[in-house]
Amino acid sequence: MIRVSITSVFVDDQAKALAFYTEKLGFTKKTDQPAGEFRWLTVVSPADPDGVELLLEPDAHPAARPFKEALVADGIPFTQFTVDDVHAEVERLKGLGVEFTQEATDLGPVVTAVLDDTCGNLIQLAALKE
Amino acid sequence: MDADAELFKAIGDATRRTILDELTEKDGQTLFEICSRLTMKHGLGSSRQAISQHLAVLEQAGLVRTRRQGRYKFHHLDTSPLRSIVERWPIDREAPNP
Repeated sequence: MIRVSITSVFVDDQAKALAFYTEKLGFTKKTDQPAGEFRWLTVVSPADPDGVELLLEPDAHPAARPFKEALVADGIPFTQFTVDDVHAEVERLKGLGVEFTQEATDLGPVVTAVLDDTCGNLIQLAALKE
Repeated sequence: MDADAELFKAIGDATRRTILDELTEKDGQTLFEICSRLTMKHGLGSSRQAISQHLAVLEQAGLVRTRRQGRYKFHHLDTSPLRSIVERWPIDREAPNP
């Protein structure tokens, strides 16, 4: 059966990305293997260590950065993560110096916020209301 | 187009009025946030391109101003052009007698 085990985010610097995604967002490192001039570098949620891995993929391809910059200019998060409480997570991350382009916003069935991952991406945090 | 015509054209559209409502609730939004609010809170099916064009009309009328901050662009409400309406047709302080 086909299933999702890895998804990717394009980052401008893998070491910086690993620090942000683990120390700020709270993921844990899962795999770190040399792969050519870069690393095969994945993180997972501590709530689901055998679950979907997030691959911190270098954005070295010439098409990747213009793509990312165009999305960021319009405030578009290409990647989103689920949290239990968006308001609480925004407060926690702001305390760690994380920058948001959208505060916690009640959109009816879902609460969302959008942060800058410092690696060239905007990330949406979302919590579905019960 | 003169300034009056641009102003009245801008507020003559329901989607653009809803954009102004959302900016009144929370000033300084990215295009993405405006699109999210219109889709999720108001069930509007307009494309991002269409919303971008609505914002251009509002900006042309002076009702929306954009601010670049680093790599992001935020949209801000500016209601000052609406003053020309009440200056042109003043509102009496007391309601007229029936």
